[in-house]
Amino acid sequence: MKSIFIIMLSAVFVDNFVLSKFMGICPFLGVSKKLSSSLGMGAAVIFVMVCATAVTYPVYSGILAPNGLEYLNTVSFILIIALFVQLVEIALKKIMPPLYNALGVYLPLITTNCAVLGVTLINIENGYSFVESLANSFFVGVGFTLSLILFSGVRSKLETADIPQTFKGVPSTLIAASIVSISFLAFSGLIK
Amino acid sequence: MFNTFILPIIIFAALGLIAGILLTAASKIFHVKTDERTEQISEALPQANCGSCGYAGCSDYAKAIVEKGAPTNLCRPGGTETTQKISAIMGTTAAEMIPETAVVHCRGNCDTVKQLFEFNGTQTCAAAKRFYSGSKACAYGCIGLGDCVNVCDEKAIEIVNGVAEVTGNCIACGKCAKACPQGLISLKPITKHIDVKCSSKDNGKATKLACSNGCIGCKICEKKCQNDAIKVVDLHAVIDYDKCTGCGDCFNACPVKAITNCEDLK
Repeated sequence: MKSIFIIMLSAVFVDNFVLSKFMGICPFLGVSKKLSSSLGMGAAVIFVMVCATAVTYPVYSGILAPNGLEYLNTVSFILIIALFVQLVEIALKKIMPPLYNALGVYLPLITTNCAVLGVTLINIENGYSFVESLANSFFVGVGFTLSLILFSGVRSKLETADIPQTFKGVPSTLIAASIVSISFLAFSGLIK
Repeated sequence: MFNTFILPIIIFAALGLIAGILLTAASKIFHVKTDERTEQISEALPQANCGSCGYAGCSDYAKAIVEKGAPTNLCRPGGTETTQKISAIMGTTAAEMIPETAVVHCRGNCDTVKQLFEFNGTQTCAAAKRFYSGSKACAYGCIGLGDCVNVCDEKAIEIVNGVAEVTGNCIACGKCAKACPQGLISLKPITKHIDVKCSSKDNGKATKLACSNGCIGCKICEKKCQNDAIKVVDLHAVIDYDKCTGCGDCFNACPVKAITNCEDLK
């Protein structure tokens, strides 16, 4: 239980994927314009991260590691994640059309989200057990959602702010992202 | 030899094969039937994706017609022509389509309403609204910085003498109504030409002090109307377009000329 709690603190705050490890920046900048869409994206990412971990962990420990093929993990995980996102998309379209419509374009976008690949690889690298890996994936997803929600708030303020012409649009967004990222530095050292 | 070269190849081939089989099976099991009429209707729609029908876009509306039996006459930009086309595809008789237009319920222009201060912040209505509800003396009126003008794709609305006015060919997409932070813009049937051009929720005295075109809520129009179509709500008159016949009695009776009659104005 203690290790899961530490994983939670670490994944959500200290090693926040977007703001500390700089993974998944593309959806972070692309989908954080509105609170509702950042929530949808966050939910989809949490779902795919947990499911992808549930598949990649057995594949790694059952097939790759016993045969000394650890170096193949990146490329095989990409294959598995792509397959998984496709399966989820097809299944959702049939079973839950409202959710499929709500997620819309974000679902296929997750295939190319490096945060999903990152979390599966880091689970292996840190030597987590299966349950710990699942917990880590879930909380990394929560951390991703948190940063998206925080940043959508920042961006809604930026919309009406009086910014010099040169900095309007992407530049001011990137600067704001760096400031939010710096604020997350305050969490470093929380866990030793 | 086997472990270094052949095994990885076998594992990858197997993974790829399993993935392929799973996806093929999934696409068969979870196959969703799409109606070809959806595509036909989608083509018949103007593809403006304005959302005035109440659906997320043209393709979403087409889907709703086929699957949920949504009415065929909701497309405002397409008008009667599109409604007839859709009805032909669906095999139903075309319901009558009354085109609508946006109308700004404010006439507090630079001559009639006092300026309290000069607003030098970001020049949008939304920003000015946060600052004492704009620089004009009336807190409910048009701020005049053109948020509605910026969202209009048809260039049908413009700021005339400090007040937004629908001047061009309005397709009634309703974007301006959503953009207006004061909520002054609404849609009405194009055939109705009587409008109340004030939305002030202040009492008569305060309205009169702020703007000479404002509705003071005297209820004379309410008494004059033979069809019970005009009512004073929140201290200003509001027209029920379902009941209004356009007789012009309220327009003639209004002591402050807050009601306009397009036929007379033009």
